[in-house]
Amino acid sequence: MSMNSEGRVTRPETLAAADAPATFTGNRALMLEEALIFERDDYARTGVDIAEAPATSSRLGGLERHRAIGLPGLTEPEAVRHYTRLSRQNYAIDLGLFPLGSCTMKHNPRLNEKMARLPGFADIHPLAPVDTVQGALAVIDELAQWLVTLTGMHAVAMSPKAGAHGELCGLLAIRAAHDAAGSDRSMILVPESAHGTNPATAAFCGYKVENIPATADGRVDLDALTARLGPDVAGVMITNPNTCGLFERDMKRISDAVHAAGGYVYCDGANFNAIVGRVRPGDLGIDAMHINLHKTFSTPHGGGGPGSGPVVLSAALAPYAPLPFVAKQPDGSFRLIEEETADQDHPGSFGRMSAFHGQMGMFTRALTYILSHGADGLRQVAGDAVLNANYVLRSLDGLLDAPFGPSGPCMHEALFSDDGLAPGFTTLDIAKGLIDEGFHPMTMYFPLVVHGAMLIEPTETEGKAALDQFVGALRSVAERAKAGDEALKAAPAFAPRRRLDETAAARKPVLVWKDETLPQAAE
Amino acid sequence: MRYLPLTDTDRQAMLATIGASSIDDLFIDVPAEARLPGPIAGLPAHASELAVERHMTRLARRNLSAGEAPFFLGCGAYRHHVPASVDHLIQRGEFLTSYTPYQPEIAQGTLQALFEFQTQVARLFGCDVANASMYDGSTACWEAITMARRVTKRGKAILSAGLHPHYVSLAKTMARFTGDLLDTALPTLTPGAPGDDMARLLAGIDADTSCVVVQNPNILGHVADLSELAARCHDKGALLIAVVTEPVALGAIRSPGEMGADIVVGEGQSIGVGLNFGGPYVGLFACNEKHVRQMPGRLCGVTTDADGQRGFVLTLSTREQHIRREKATSNICTNAGLCALAFSIHLTLLGETGLRNLAALNHAGAVAAAERLATLPGVELVNGAFFNEFTLKLPREARPVVRALADMGILGGVSLGRLYPDAADLANGLVVAVTETSTAEDVEALAQALEAEIAA
Amino acid sequence: MTTYYTEDHEWIAVEGGTATVGITDYAQAQLGDIVFVELPAPGTNVAKGGEAAVVESVKAASDVFAPVTGTVSEANGALEEDPALVNSAPEGDGWFFKLALADPAELDGLMDAAAYKAFCDSL
Repeated sequence: MSMNSEGRVTRPETLAAADAPATFTGNRALMLEEALIFERDDYARTGVDIAEAPATSSRLGGLERHRAIGLPGLTEPEAVRHYTRLSRQNYAIDLGLFPLGSCTMKHNPRLNEKMARLPGFADIHPLAPVDTVQGALAVIDELAQWLVTLTGMHAVAMSPKAGAHGELCGLLAIRAAHDAAGSDRSMILVPESAHGTNPATAAFCGYKVENIPATADGRVDLDALTARLGPDVAGVMITNPNTCGLFERDMKRISDAVHAAGGYVYCDGANFNAIVGRVRPGDLGIDAMHINLHKTFSTPHGGGGPGSGPVVLSAALAPYAPLPFVAKQPDGSFRLIEEETADQDHPGSFGRMSAFHGQMGMFTRALTYILSHGADGLRQVAGDAVLNANYVLRSLDGLLDAPFGPSGPCMHEALFSDDGLAPGFTTLDIAKGLIDEGFHPMTMYFPLVVHGAMLIEPTETEGKAALDQFVGALRSVAERAKAGDEALKAAPAFAPRRRLDETAAARKPVLVWKDETLPQAAE
Repeated sequence: MRYLPLTDTDRQAMLATIGASSIDDLFIDVPAEARLPGPIAGLPAHASELAVERHMTRLARRNLSAGEAPFFLGCGAYRHHVPASVDHLIQRGEFLTSYTPYQPEIAQGTLQALFEFQTQVARLFGCDVANASMYDGSTACWEAITMARRVTKRGKAILSAGLHPHYVSLAKTMARFTGDLLDTALPTLTPGAPGDDMARLLAGIDADTSCVVVQNPNILGHVADLSELAARCHDKGALLIAVVTEPVALGAIRSPGEMGADIVVGEGQSIGVGLNFGGPYVGLFACNEKHVRQMPGRLCGVTTDADGQRGFVLTLSTREQHIRREKATSNICTNAGLCALAFSIHLTLLGETGLRNLAALNHAGAVAAAERLATLPGVELVNGAFFNEFTLKLPREARPVVRALADMGILGGVSLGRLYPDAADLANGLVVAVTETSTAEDVEALAQALEAEIAA
Repeated sequence: MTTYYTEDHEWIAVEGGTATVGITDYAQAQLGDIVFVELPAPGTNVAKGGEAAVVESVKAASDVFAPVTGTVSEANGALEEDPALVNSAPEGDGWFFKLALADPAELDGLMDAAAYKAFCDSL
């Protein structure tokens, strides 16, 4: 025989992973540690080749910068590696189910990204002559028409830059309407289950805020609300479907009562994805509602923005909408209504709330998503989102306490409490246990009306197999928390970092890199 | 439907688990009269990827994009070359499809990037600390005014005549409701105008003044030394807020922090983000350490994990709306995460060397363009000092000139008539921005077209 | 020196016309790790039941109310550097501020140590 003497072992040795020694680099195979850009000695390097500036006189007025700025540079291969390594320390929808209640982490279609990057949209200036951007104005108008029709409202303000900015827009319209009527109402009523942005927004534009209690079944207490209405109440802010994942059955009666008392109804539309194509807020008497394009219409969350928060308005509030906006001409062309012609075209406007026209890049993505789904698909989106949430809710029957579970189906998210966990075990332990199971945790400790709240929103872009695996993992983790399994307290064990000391971060805030203040990077 | 994984078989099985007979049954809490029986009439049905792409591409073609024409628009949004790797990296799913990093163990990538961003912004602006970004420059500017009110417990802000008129407009909108007093003025095209505005600001500061807001370079492109203004503010217990709408300028000129500004805000669009017809952009916000607890927006800080390894978390959250509710420093709930990441990646690729070279190239191009355009008959250069943007006074109204240039395929600048429609004195002003994307040929094309148009 | 307690979990120790105010051990245990305390400037007039200070943990901010009306004479600067004192010695080195009493009669409505303990036990 001709013998090959280079035989290798092709079966694994049976050494336990825990016995493996620490590595020289601190890396663990694909789990790679990455230093800060400031911890490298790269202040002279650059990843951009820039033509040499021709010799001209300086016109900087003697303000030339002499002191070093302190900006490290990386060449392209180094930069690509740095940010790719960082990216791998993030969980993402692209990796798995992301059941953050109220946040709506659904799949982000890539066609949206491709369309937003067409130079005709991405490479146009906000102050370009209007004749040269007719296609962009057409996108804004087409999306606006969809939003108005889907919500059954009268008009839409497109410029708000995020949900909370949309709330601000709605409340400013309400204030402007009261001002125009010579009324100085000063109070906004907010249910205690509301997103924190609601009272913050009301205060930001000069209103006082009062809470309205919830009923035992997790909805606004209509009687308490009605009793509080009066000549000082400018309006109410209601989230519907609400933050407990329930539809406010009395919404129309709430609206009627508020209107009868001379107030306006603001709806926080964060959960519009549960009812899109099935219920029109305009039919419920709502005067203003923001739509988070990054929730219902799938523009990416991007690690915390940018968002986009167009606000649909009733006929009563439309005259006060902000500048600028797009108007369609009889000949089919578009023009921008700005300060210049506002006196004639839109005299009631409360003014401008951002420098330009809003989040154009999000408009192109949202319109792409809407056209992909169509009226029929959007209706199915809401149906599947609600179906998935109810499937999770019922699959956990008898395991986790669902305070409003017995009262009937939920909408697009299922709410649980920490009731029944072993002493010393909390919602946080379940959340961190889910991380080890390969899932992003649910929303925790919100809404505040439920103790140790766990709010689960699977969204419509999860299939049954994914839901079954998630339910199985949650059952396993919840059972450990109920049994008092101390090992759960150490979770997560397999993430890039273990539990972090938020107390230390807040007591001695270190918000920028300084050589002497930081511990060394993990090597 | 390509984005919906459930099959009808799945749906039936799941309904059986739930104990409902149809999806419609799950909507029983919606009053019957508000439930729509089927898809909303008059709207199109779902469409294939190909069909949607065709529709959107057709709309995109109706726009004249900056890359197709000699392009000189600025005034708060600037066209710079963005390296290809920036857009590639921000499209990694782990950045694009992740959430606000509230679960830090599985969001270290976003958090470390934000920490690097905060450090870059603080250094660029010459401040101690920066936040994790705001919506855009205009909203950051208003937030700075409200922060100055909280710090000084005074309610009067003096805005420079050179502050972007849309930023002023936004502040006026908000002040109408919050009761803040704003002292504003219009810019002028007369030589020496920046000095007049500076004198107005210096004279206006009194015991009720919370802050002075000054943009540098300003809306007409002027650059100014803010040191005296900062000193006067501090004498009177007021804060100096500096606004930077073109951060590339800070590769060439001294930072506002170095000149004594207490809060520096800005529009970060010109680094890494692109024009995008006005949004999404990225608001920059930096201040001195002693005011950090009055700062709006998210902050990322350093800590350690249970094993003692360094890690990052969002911190000082008690300032924010989800905890402080009506007592929060701001109602802001989001930042501009992905745009902040793009800004940070681009700035990392540039580094100190690249940013300085880029700024030098911008300035040289602008100087050459200004000198060429000032030779045109009847055209006057308004600026003494400028960076990459300057204002020309034309012998006729600038707005129709800009439209006529656009008809010739040249995006020649921003007319002050567009920004200040009611100010007749400004109607002949044309603001021209020259970046590294403008070639000498572009400048010559503009010069010749402008000459022909003003003679017409 | 006599110490009184409020139902909002502040304590007030009175000696002559001056009182020292802080939050109780029960309160600090409920709040968790204290990371920041915002104190009134000396010279500030505070009204009984009015907001006088803010105490922050990582996830919560709570107002501290003035148990009685008075003028702040001193704030505990040590808390700025070391807010953890509120956790380790809430009724000692972790005091918040000192007050010159405006109306000592206001003390009459407050609880003594035994009453406060019974109050906490009932929660």
